[in-house]
Order: sequence, then C-alpha cells, then structure tokens
Amino acid sequence: MAPVTLKKLVKSYGNVDVVHGIDLEVKDREFIALVGPSGCGKSTTLRMIAGLEDISGGVVEIGGKPVNDLPPRARNISMVFQSYALYPHMTVRENMGFSLKIGKIAQAEIDTRVNEAAAILDLDKYMDRRPSQLSGGQRQRVAMGRAIVRKPDVFLFDEPLSNLDAKLRTQVRTEIKRLHARVQATMIYVTHDQVEAMTLSDRIVIMRDGHIEQVGTPEEVFKRPATRFVAGFIGSPPMNLNEATVDNGKLVFAGGQTLPLPAEFRSKVAAGDKVIFGLRPDDIYPTGHGISSGEATDVHEMELPVSITEPLGNETLLFITMAEREWVSRMLNPRPIGAGEVVKFSFDLSQAHLFSPETGKTLRG
Amino acid sequence: MDKNSSHRLKRRWLKVAHFIGLFLAMLVICLPGLWIVLSSLRPTVEIMAKPPVWIPRDISLDAYRAMFGGAGQGGIPVWEYFRNSLIISITSTIIALIIGMAGGYAFARYKFKGKSGVFLGFMLTRAVPGIALSLPLFMIFARVGIIDTHFAMILIYVALNVPFTIWLIDGFFRQVPKDLAEAAQIDGCTRWQAFWQVEFPLAGPGIASAGIFAFLTSWNEYALASQITRSVNSKTLPVGLLDYTSEFTIDWRGMCALAVVMIIPALTLTFIIQKHLVSGLTFGAVKG
Repeated sequence: MAPVTLKKLVKSYGNVDVVHGIDLEVKDREFIALVGPSGCGKSTTLRMIAGLEDISGGVVEIGGKPVNDLPPRARNISMVFQSYALYPHMTVRENMGFSLKIGKIAQAEIDTRVNEAAAILDLDKYMDRRPSQLSGGQRQRVAMGRAIVRKPDVFLFDEPLSNLDAKLRTQVRTEIKRLHARVQATMIYVTHDQVEAMTLSDRIVIMRDGHIEQVGTPEEVFKRPATRFVAGFIGSPPMNLNEATVDNGKLVFAGGQTLPLPAEFRSKVAAGDKVIFGLRPDDIYPTGHGISSGEATDVHEMELPVSITEPLGNETLLFITMAEREWVSRMLNPRPIGAGEVVKFSFDLSQAHLFSPETGKTLRG
Repeated sequence: MDKNSSHRLKRRWLKVAHFIGLFLAMLVICLPGLWIVLSSLRPTVEIMAKPPVWIPRDISLDAYRAMFGGAGQGGIPVWEYFRNSLIISITSTIIALIIGMAGGYAFARYKFKGKSGVFLGFMLTRAVPGIALSLPLFMIFARVGIIDTHFAMILIYVALNVPFTIWLIDGFFRQVPKDLAEAAQIDGCTRWQAFWQVEFPLAGPGIASAGIFAFLTSWNEYALASQITRSVNSKTLPVGLLDYTSEFTIDWRGMCALAVVMIIPALTLTFIIQKHLVSGLTFGAVKG
C-alpha cells in the first residue's frame, strides 16, 4: 500500500535540466498517467521513481518514505518496459519467477504465484516457451506477468503499448485496466498517447518541457484545460485554437470575422485584449448534426463553406476556412457533403475556452 | 522451348556452376592442410620427389611413434612443448578474457572521459607488428630475468590479446539491450547479479568466440616465442617445430607430424564451441 510523492524533483544532465522541480502526489491505489510529447521528461521522471536514474534534486517518496538513495531492488516496484525487456535465455516461467528466485522465495511458493499470474493473463499454454517464440502481444503479457508476480507496491509502465498494433493495443489496454481493478496497486503509466491516458487513468499528469502543465481527471483535463498546450494536446482531432482580439463583447479574428464573446469570459477580459480562442471540433457542427455538450445557451450560427471532408462512418470531419485559418468540425449522424458546399454551422460557445497568448494559461481564472 | 523450361535449365546450370565454384574454393583452402597430414605419413623420399607423387604409396605412422616415443631424430621433447603451449595459451586466454570482459563491459555501458581516445589507442596497438617489439622485449626480459619462463610468454600474449578481446566483447555487450539489466535490477538484482544473471549469459557466445581467438593467437604465435623462449622450460609447439631442422637436413615428415598435432587441439576447440557461436540468443528480448 503505497502512495508515491514527488517533491521538487529535478533531473539535469550536466547543465541541461530535463525535469524542472515537479511536485506530484499519487494516492495509494491510484492509476495515474504521465502524458506529453517526446522529450517532455515523463520517462525520465518514471525512471527516477524506479531508481534507474539518479535524482539531481528533490525527493521521491514511496509509501511515505524517501527512497532517493535506495537501489531499484529495494523500492518494491515493478516495471513494464516499452521493449518488454524479457530475458531471452529464460522460458516464460523462468522470466516470471525470476524476481522471486532472486528474492530466495521457496520454489513451491514461486510456482503458485507464477501459475496464478499465468492464469490471470491467460499464459498457461506458453509457460515453457522462450520469448523469441512468442508474438508481440504475448510478450507484452509476459512482461505484465513478471510485474504482477512480485506483488509490488507500485507498478510502473513505460509506454508499454507502443510496440503493438492498433487492435492489440486496445485489447491490452483493457487488460491493464482489468489488472488495476484486480491487483489494487498504485500504478504510474507513461505514454505519449492521450487516448491511453484518458481511457486508463484516474488522473492524468500532462507534462511539457520538464514541467507539469496540469494534473486532473480525464474529464477535467478535457473540459477545463488549464493551458493552451493541454487544450491542444488532449482530444482528437485537437481543439481549434486561434488568435482573436476582444472588442465590445465580440471576438474579432484575422480578416475581420467575429464571434460573440462567450458569456463566461465577459468579466475576465477587456476590450483590446488579445486572446487565444479555443473550441473543440465537437462544438462546431453543422446545425442539426451535433450534440451540444452544455446547456446550449450560447449557440451561434454561421454559414461557411466546407473545404475538405473526411468521412469516418459514424461521423465526418469537416474542414472549414474561417478567419484565414482552417477549423475542424465534427459532424455526427452525417449526410454526404461535397467540398465547396456552404453549410450552416452551430458554434456552441458555452464550451469555448480563452487562453492568454503570453502565458498560455486559461483566462477562466 | 518455352520460357518456363529455359529458365529451369538456366537455374540448373547456375546451380552446377555454383557447386564447381565452391569446390574450387574449398580445394584451395583445404589442400595445404591435407598435404600436411599426408606428408606426415609418407617417407621423406616421397615428399621430396620431383615430379610430386600425388598418390601416396608408402604410408606409416612412424613419425608419430618417434615423436611421442621421444626417440625420434634428436629426441624432440614434444610432450614438454605441448605442455608449455597449453599452460601458456590457456592461462593467457583466461586472463585476457577477464580483462576483456571488464574492459568490454565498461566500453559498452559507461561514458567516461577519453573513451574514444583509449579505444583508438587499443586499436593502434594492433597495428604494431609483434616482431618489432621482440628486441626491446628481449632486452627488458633479460634484465628482469624472466627470459625463458612461462610467465614471460603469458605476459606477452595477454598484452597481445587484450585489445582485441576488449573490442570484440564490447561489441557483444552492446548487442545486449540495456533494458534487460535494468529489468533485472527492478526484479531484485544488484548491479553485480544483473550482470551475471542476465548480461553475461547473453554475451556468452561472444565471450566464447573472443576466447577462441585469443587462444588461437597464443597457440599459433611464433615470432615472439622464438625470441623469448630458449629451452624446454618454455618452448611452445610452433618454436618446437624448428627442432626438426638441423644444419644439413630437414625432417619434413616429423615436422608435418608435429604440425598435425598442433592443429588438432585448435580445430577441436573451435568445433566444440562453434555451436554456441551461432546461437541468436538475444532475439526476442526486445521487440523483434
């Protein structure tokens, strides 16, 4: 039973800081995802928690005790690597039992625990094979099995799904979620894929350039992104973000096109302010082909030409040009639309976001 | 003739040409060896005959009998030479492997100042012909008083082999993914255990091949050994070969017999270990 706490955690290589003093509290049994683009420091942070990377500054606590100077083996953690890192010269059984063997646990106990894990992960048939004789998905499961067998306080996952094909990835994702429900341990999961982060975790930590941009539940980071970066990173296709100037209850975009200033922000900005206006594709839809997510009190309609369509079956993405920029709209329950057709769009401004162009922070306050 | 059968014919011809080519290549490689074995079994008259006698007429094991009986011409102490060769080669190989493993691992896994410089230095030592060092070595060893000892030869061969074993073993450790040692550490190993439990077994085939190379270098080396070894105390087999030449005659048959005796252990060793050399053990460790 172990919460994990990071206090002012710093990692630097020479003079270059890659993690800039981050603070984070992971509650016991919580599933937390560290997400961000490559080079944001998420893997480095995970490796510092694991003890594979020296800590340049700050404290890592596991179960309330600082572990900065403990070697990985003394932290009672398990880690699933992106490359799986299975021992190629051992069978699946030996791979899974390795940590127990090193820990000098009795063979009978090892067998029970390995078989238990094998049953959970449906690996019984492959126990005497070598990793080279397994498919990618099976290797992935063995790697998870090896992690389970240790009964660790904390599970660490380092992009465990990125070597799997799309179909398998969804499948294993569900398995990881089931695993979390079953073993009830703290899990820290690093990924660059926001969908994985959203679907798996209790809370998401969005990182950029060695800083934490926002920590929140999937719903919070989606609905109330704290920064422009989070707004653009979470959600697919990404949020439409465009510069505008506030003028007399209106937002004026490049080329003079305007939208009403969303009610929520009227007291937050003054005339002449420059802002970044953000609206998700879900909240721009051809009238009658969307679901307004709020109370739809603030819907603004506008006729615009469609430049490109991307039909996905259950929905169609429409690319529209407004204010000299391309905006994406999501059309639910789609009807065929040709390029160049002028369509009436609903802009659900109750879902709009405004960010400061200088700090990138939300103006919601 | 339709296209299909003309292609089939062409392929058959290519196959035949392929076999002939391979046969010729193998002939060039194997004939000298065969000739040595053959010559060790025939009388000198036949060996020296002009034109050469291709098909042996008179075959006997006299040379071997004489050699191991210690009663051959001049009574050459083959057993002693054999013992010297074994002691020197095996000891120097083991030491070179230990140093090579430590060095190779350091080069493969750690960053340190002057790494590439040191590495280049090692490679450069390979460029110096051993014989160029024989005179200074002789003088120094004579002063120190270790001429004609096993110790001197072991020292030389370790120095000769270490750069090469480091280079070779470095390459093999590089092929073992770093993740594996990290996974082992998380699984409860110390750094030291992670090395012996995971990295060493995986680099094993590579280390074995480095060992073979080191052994063969020591086993076959002649130039330096001929300077530093003086007597039955430390003379190795290649140097011992020279015992078959005297002022006016050369005992070709005896020499060839000894050459065969030298080749056999090297060949056997390579044969035993070659199975391990070609095992693709690291496959499947990471995505593949």
